[in-house]
Amino acid sequence: MTAKWEAVIGLEIHVQLATRSKIFSAASTAFGAEPNTQACAVDLGLPGVLPVLNSEAVRMAAMFGLAVNAKIAKRSVFARKNYFYPDLPKGYQISQYELPIVEHGQLEVVSDGGGRKIVGITRAHLEEDAGKSLHEEFSDQTGIDLNRAGTPLIEIVSEPDMRSAKEAVSYMKKIHSIVRHLEISDGNMQEGSFRCDANVSVRPAGQEALGTRTEIKNLNSFRFVERAIEFEIKRQIRVLEDGREVVQETRLYDAGEDETRPMRSKEEADDYRYFPDPDLLPVVIRSEVIEDIKRQLPELPAEKASRFRLEYGLNEQDAEILAMNKEVAEYFEQTVRKTSADTRRVANWVTGELNAALSVDNLDITSSPVTSDMLAGLLTRIEDGTISGKIAKEIFRSMWAGEGEADSIIESKGLRQITDTLEIELLVDQVLLDNPVQVGQFKSGKDKVFGFFVGQVMKLSKGKANPQQVNSLLRKKLQ
Amino acid sequence: MEELSVRQLAQGLAHRQFSSVELTRHFLARMQAHRHLNAFITEMGEQAVRQARLADQRIRSGDHGPLTGIPLAHKDIFCMQDGKTTCGSKMLDNFIAPYDATVVQKLEQAGCVVLGKTNMDEFAMGSSSENSFYGPVRNPWNSDCVPGGSSGGSAVAVAARMAPLATGTDTGGSIRQPAAFCGITGLKPTYGRVSRYGMVAYASSLDQAGPFGKSALDCAYLLQAMSGFDDRDSTCMDEPVPVYPRKLDRSLRGKVVGIPDEYFSEGLDPEVRVFMERAIAWAEKEGCIIENIRLPNTDLAIPAYYVIAMAECSSNLSRYDGVRFGYRCREPKNLHDLYHRSRSEAFGAEVKRRIMIGTYALSTGYYDAYYRKAQQIRRLISEDFNKAFQDVDYILGPTTPEPAFRIGEKVDDPVTMYLSDIYTISVNLAGIPAVSIPCGIHKGLPVGMQLIGNHFEEDKLLNFAHQYQQATDWHTRCPPGFE
Repeated sequence: MTAKWEAVIGLEIHVQLATRSKIFSAASTAFGAEPNTQACAVDLGLPGVLPVLNSEAVRMAAMFGLAVNAKIAKRSVFARKNYFYPDLPKGYQISQYELPIVEHGQLEVVSDGGGRKIVGITRAHLEEDAGKSLHEEFSDQTGIDLNRAGTPLIEIVSEPDMRSAKEAVSYMKKIHSIVRHLEISDGNMQEGSFRCDANVSVRPAGQEALGTRTEIKNLNSFRFVERAIEFEIKRQIRVLEDGREVVQETRLYDAGEDETRPMRSKEEADDYRYFPDPDLLPVVIRSEVIEDIKRQLPELPAEKASRFRLEYGLNEQDAEILAMNKEVAEYFEQTVRKTSADTRRVANWVTGELNAALSVDNLDITSSPVTSDMLAGLLTRIEDGTISGKIAKEIFRSMWAGEGEADSIIESKGLRQITDTLEIELLVDQVLLDNPVQVGQFKSGKDKVFGFFVGQVMKLSKGKANPQQVNSLLRKKLQ
Repeated sequence: MEELSVRQLAQGLAHRQFSSVELTRHFLARMQAHRHLNAFITEMGEQAVRQARLADQRIRSGDHGPLTGIPLAHKDIFCMQDGKTTCGSKMLDNFIAPYDATVVQKLEQAGCVVLGKTNMDEFAMGSSSENSFYGPVRNPWNSDCVPGGSSGGSAVAVAARMAPLATGTDTGGSIRQPAAFCGITGLKPTYGRVSRYGMVAYASSLDQAGPFGKSALDCAYLLQAMSGFDDRDSTCMDEPVPVYPRKLDRSLRGKVVGIPDEYFSEGLDPEVRVFMERAIAWAEKEGCIIENIRLPNTDLAIPAYYVIAMAECSSNLSRYDGVRFGYRCREPKNLHDLYHRSRSEAFGAEVKRRIMIGTYALSTGYYDAYYRKAQQIRRLISEDFNKAFQDVDYILGPTTPEPAFRIGEKVDDPVTMYLSDIYTISVNLAGIPAVSIPCGIHKGLPVGMQLIGNHFEEDKLLNFAHQYQQATDWHTRCPPGFE
């Protein structure tokens, strides 16, 4: 972005809550069932049926609110958002409007320069999801699947506090991490459990007033959020620099073309005619209940990161990476518990070797072929000197390939580190004998050749010689 | 048999003077004989006889309550898996619900026999039962007159002795006004007393189901069986249900009866006023203390009611879109055409009028002026009643300004039609109970009086009504030709 323009971004994130039944009916929320098999009379909007609020959804929304230091409304009200659409059975969506359950939260994110900044959370409200329109499978017709209709959502609305696509993604990842830690959502973006609309505008740097915004709908991956916003910022700057005006409109991101395109113009915007839903009573939460939920909140990513720094002596970056994902954090702590190895070494292995292997094979840590037990076993062998770090990486690859545990691989492949001084001395002598030229160079003051000798000894030992011992023996012999 | 009270019918069944099948066949025959009144949309003869057989078995085995084997009619607003539920609309002419309304379920458990589903104003929108896809209902006292509405079919079923009992719903007077026009007893319970689950919604914050019967005692039996908490309706209250029929014999001595000035103002028919004064004189003789009271916001009730009811209905009726059930237009060209024609072709004029007014009242820029303002008025009206009930036990007045009007008389003048609910509407806005009982006959048409009580005081209302009916015989009068 050119320095003379500033982007302003706000996000609306829709999070499906992990309740077993729907927000206003007893039908199951499980994903992937045959169309319309998980929609009861209430979800279908048949005449005379009535919604009954699932208290679990309220509890989860309150948990989220507390996790972002927001105010939990003692009294919130469900409203009807009226519009016609075939996958909206009642002709209105039950949502919250004037009195949402969560207001005035905030979240610290990584800013563009790598520093920290606070993003305000305007509100988070409870609502029901709509069904799905299926356009592909039917020629000339549209199919309707109402399994998703009535699935509980919280819509989390941020302040327009972000200034770049990267900041927006950082915010979105933090929210994702929080809902996963709270176990209030599976956060599955492919299945649509976590999706986002981005409001983007651009203004001349230093200007107070906001530019005209566009809204990019239904972004369902971190990468799409980043690319869609980046595209949209560039597009708006181009429009403005051409002396034209940005049109307030809803746009869709086309990942194939990597561009956003107008969906419908806000000028013909629907009037949703919100009004309080007379079928539902106001949601009243007593302060004891809020206190109770607060007490039961699990450890959140930020708290976890600072604990990792204190308890395990990790640096800020490692602590944050490990604490961001609940399963990664659990894996790390389980490994630490099972090995005497230095905690920083464990952190390095989890964020380094393991993380790299997972991303190559596109695996989740919970399905890692190397379990925390296996990794702990490996790291213990480095710690007690049985193997070197280099050999450990080789063993890790064998474990990843399913060849068993570290100890059995060490035994079967004879990878135990050579620590017998006599044996190493023989290797050292052999190397010095084979390289008289280099010995001469070293003696005439060329210290760099020392590394060459170490390398040769290690090579001769097939990597098994204890490097410290090799070092000190070489020093002694070359004196 | 048709002149017997519910208690007498239950005794007859228990003592094997007649069986439920005989009783049911008797009422089915009357129903068929009076089809010209157009009180029923669906007659359920076969199912009814089957239910009656089951009831007879229950009675024989001693497993029965006060309503086991008693026939009744349901307003066609209550969803039933047996037969269609039309709500008086072309939109639902083909609709068979896959569930029973809680009211239907409770009465089935009580052993009632369902004779049929009664005619009504389309989606309960109307005060005359003329707005039905199935044609207007006729008043048995004068078949050129309306029976009132929207529960006109149910009121006629009881008045013409086609059913000993019937269910109705009351959003702005839809039980009490037809009860008054047909010379029977009808009660609108406290909002939250009876579950709304499975009752097709008109205006959710005002709709409430209630009983029709020849007498207060008959209504007490039916109300007893309909009432109670239901976890499928969030607005249904978990309040204990008194045994209503046992609460009716208490003396009225010392009870304070409030007479609101506003219910006796110029719009009231002078003859109706005379009957009211007689009823008041009776109460005084019974030892009641009569007090004049004020309900100062009464004149705001009709505008507030129509804004709220129409706003809610505009949203409640959005689900009738031709997509999943109900009427669908032929060969829609596209989605918009499907919505537009399905709704245009299947809704009647009054329903369309209310949807449009309600949509307008909720629109951006008008919400504060109409909907929010109406809600504020609603609170004021509630406060009027709260204040009154600090001093009085009952509020008494006419149910309607005049007796039944002629079919067609007000169809083209919706505002005059709306005004016929002037005394009943405030009660729905306040969510309190009220009963209409016959208290006179003027030019061959019944006159009804309305007794209003505080929240959950249905037992007190029925007590007063029963005492009145012990002393008078208006409620035993049968329309000529229906004896």
